[in-house]
Amino acid sequence: MAWTLDEDRPIYAQLIDEIRMRIIAGIYAPGDKLPSVRDLASEAAVNPNTMQKALSELERSGLVSTIRTSGRMVTEDKNMIDEMKNKLAIEQITLFFEKMQQFGFSREETAEFIQKAVKGEIS
Amino acid sequence: MSTIITCNNLTKKYGNMTALDHMNLTIESGKIIGLLGPNGSGKTTLIKLINGLLTPTEGTVEIEGHKPGVDSKRVVSYLPERTYLNSWMKVSELVEYFADFYEDFRKDRAYTMLQNLGISESSQLKSLSKGTKEKVQLILVMSRDAHLYVLDEPIAGVDPAARDYILNTIITNYNSDASIIISTHLISDIEKILDDVIFIKNGEVTLHSTVDEIREEKGKSVDALFREVFAC
Repeated sequence: MAWTLDEDRPIYAQLIDEIRMRIIAGIYAPGDKLPSVRDLASEAAVNPNTMQKALSELERSGLVSTIRTSGRMVTEDKNMIDEMKNKLAIEQITLFFEKMQQFGFSREETAEFIQKAVKGEIS
Repeated sequence: MSTIITCNNLTKKYGNMTALDHMNLTIESGKIIGLLGPNGSGKTTLIKLINGLLTPTEGTVEIEGHKPGVDSKRVVSYLPERTYLNSWMKVSELVEYFADFYEDFRKDRAYTMLQNLGISESSQLKSLSKGTKEKVQLILVMSRDAHLYVLDEPIAGVDPAARDYILNTIITNYNSDASIIISTHLISDIEKILDDVIFIKNGEVTLHSTVDEIREEKGKSVDALFREVFAC
């Protein structure tokens, strides 16, 4: 299955998001060797040069590193992965608050909703 | 990165109709390029000039420094818009025919692709459907280890599932030093596998950019941009 990509955002940025998500989700575990550029490109159904660019960006962020022989591996630094996870969580929450604000709910009201939802009082 | 194609003031007139108008264009190796433009914009004329089927009225086109001819044909694998293969030939005979013609032809690759697409090598070309004929032609073209592949409307008559397979074949098979030029109207299908896009209109290049630059700058896909730029 090709990866699901949006129409309006740069492809390499979406590839970065997807790989990052896979690292956070543990699909690519810390210290794992990543599939080759060509295999990843084929799986995502994208141009290999674009995949290469995405991986280079991830390398720059430290999440992925080059192995001496050939190929790339996921960082073994679990803290870094956790940080990334928290950062993404905050991003999602911020987006959610913004959406709720458009509906006219303050952050407090939104938080109350969440509390109720957690307790199963609303569905 | 080296240059594979250079067009200098390339012009082609048919009578008093100008199909290509002083086009200056360079194409680098190692890229997959979409040649996009409305009907009659000059795409096929450009492709035929690259392959030496037409001669320029003015200007030049060079492939790795050579004018179109024997030297360029050795390194360019061309899929024309129309079939030129003998319809009485069997698929296996066509494979042998290509292997005879081109030193860089890889028979094993051709047979693997034929098998994956469920095309029997003992069928006569004329017994195959239109779409299957197109698949056979594309397989023959992509089975060469060329420096440049020029594909004029390669996937138009092919069903979506086979289209995915073909695009995947293009991504996985092509040598990263080679370039591929694809002329097509099916932009959304091929957008993700392109590096660069070239828009041409009335025989002139109006845009030469990367897919991600377009998405970054315009916030829309190449397909959406095309519809906007060439709106009727």
